[in-house]
Amino acid sequence: MPSTASKSGPHYSVFDIAGPIMVGPSSSHTAGACKIGQMARALFHGTPEKVTFYLHGSFATVYKGHATDRALVGGILKFRTSDPRIKTSFDYAKKENINYEFKIANLGQKYHPNTVKIILEKWDRQPMEIIGSSIGGGMIKIVKIDQFEVDLKGVAGQFKTLIVWHDNNQKNLDLLKKELHRLGMRIHDIQTTKVDKHALSIINMDGRRLKLREVLDLEDLEGIAEVRSLTSLEK
Amino acid sequence: MYKFAFTNSEELLKLCKKHKAPISEIVIRYEMEYSKHKRPEVLSKMKKTRDVMEEAIGKAIKKPEKSAFGMAGGDAPKLFAALKSKNKMLSSPLVNRAMAYAAATGETNSAMGRIAAFPTAGGSGVVPGVILAAQHDWKISEEKAIRALFTASAIGIIIAEGATLSAAAAGCQAEVGAAVAMAAAAVTELRGGTPEEALNASALGLKSYLGLACDPLGGLVAVPCIKRNMLGASASCAASDASVLGIKSFIPFDEVVMAMKNIGKIMSTKLRETALGGLAVTKSGIMIRKKLGLPPLKPNEID
Repeated sequence: MPSTASKSGPHYSVFDIAGPIMVGPSSSHTAGACKIGQMARALFHGTPEKVTFYLHGSFATVYKGHATDRALVGGILKFRTSDPRIKTSFDYAKKENINYEFKIANLGQKYHPNTVKIILEKWDRQPMEIIGSSIGGGMIKIVKIDQFEVDLKGVAGQFKTLIVWHDNNQKNLDLLKKELHRLGMRIHDIQTTKVDKHALSIINMDGRRLKLREVLDLEDLEGIAEVRSLTSLEK
Repeated sequence: MYKFAFTNSEELLKLCKKHKAPISEIVIRYEMEYSKHKRPEVLSKMKKTRDVMEEAIGKAIKKPEKSAFGMAGGDAPKLFAALKSKNKMLSSPLVNRAMAYAAATGETNSAMGRIAAFPTAGGSGVVPGVILAAQHDWKISEEKAIRALFTASAIGIIIAEGATLSAAAAGCQAEVGAAVAMAAAAVTELRGGTPEEALNASALGLKSYLGLACDPLGGLVAVPCIKRNMLGASASCAASDASVLGIKSFIPFDEVVMAMKNIGKIMSTKLRETALGGLAVTKSGIMIRKKLGLPPLKPNEID
């Protein structure tokens, strides 16, 4: 049987297995949790004032011993998995005036046992809801962003990833693609999830690192609500 | 088209044969193709990983620290001291050293020190234990040790593709068990074994760890994780020895991986990193729960 991987490309980098370099004790409960936090922060505009974490499954039962709570908050503070400040992230959150709260929740059978729902809040915008799972060895997946079911793998380094909220009009999405080509980016793949008249697209690209200005300019395009770039995330 | 992609050991072996190359070389090219990075970048990233491994080992041997709640720590130096003492050990000095290094990595991890998760933090001791001990005792170059880490990663990729590397999904077989399979293949290539022998060593190693529960006390990566890593290092070496002696696993590696997945599905969640079964609910486990301030277990939570 021909390999599926030879066509669509492998699913894992060697460094998904060999790594991450991290502070202990658990790759899924500490490093993975930190990465989900990083991703939530990257998806949210600006610094949240309040973050609520709903811990599900094994995250709920053993989070304390693994410092899952400190790692999640560390991720919200953009700490890397190898950052020793994770140990004292609560102090740093207080300094940045980020309020945080942990709740035990049952999100349902369909979620991986290491899953967290994160609600980020800020006075000037709608709260954002993100569900992320830590799937082993520090690898993570974002499975829900607001009302959109997604499948966003948290591997940094392979692609530059853009998250785009738009009006689900193909014409407008084509204009965005054209603009990305103009900026010299090569689009590897686009996954789009639609709910009513809204859609969220995850665009994986090769190319240079886009400047913040360039990313923000994309939001001025017709039908494009918001654009977030995940390029700054690294293992 | 990806020329060096593989998802199971059959595909990996085909690539080794086609390119007349060891597993490590195929995996280096796999990563170059995947990440679009050049060879020196890929190699230097793994060198960084190896350096972190060495640092983590050194930390626990030179400056032993008791982990939270005094459950672990300070055992690696005992194993290390045995290398210099005249006491006869049953295992070879290499195995003794591999166990010392594996325990040291686990102890550093438990104390929230910096480690390389390989493939996970819970199972992070086995591979550095075996590979760095071999590097030391066989006086091989750092470059060769780095290549061996790529071989180990190949096995991790196959397990991630076919099953999982998450103990919350499939128990400790997916962490320490996976690490044993990874180290067994890597050390087999390092000693001059063929790709077939390396994969066979993985099959032998992983088979012995099938069904292993993830039942850490209080949910902390400490007990029994550190000592499982220590003994896992020894098991990897034994699996490699058996493989190069021509002892073949009747079950090929890919099928062992499928069995691991199957067992994970059947395994109760109480044995999957929730601290609700096995060692976690023994008298000692319940004492640790109390110390941690975890809610007491309800009678229906323990079978």
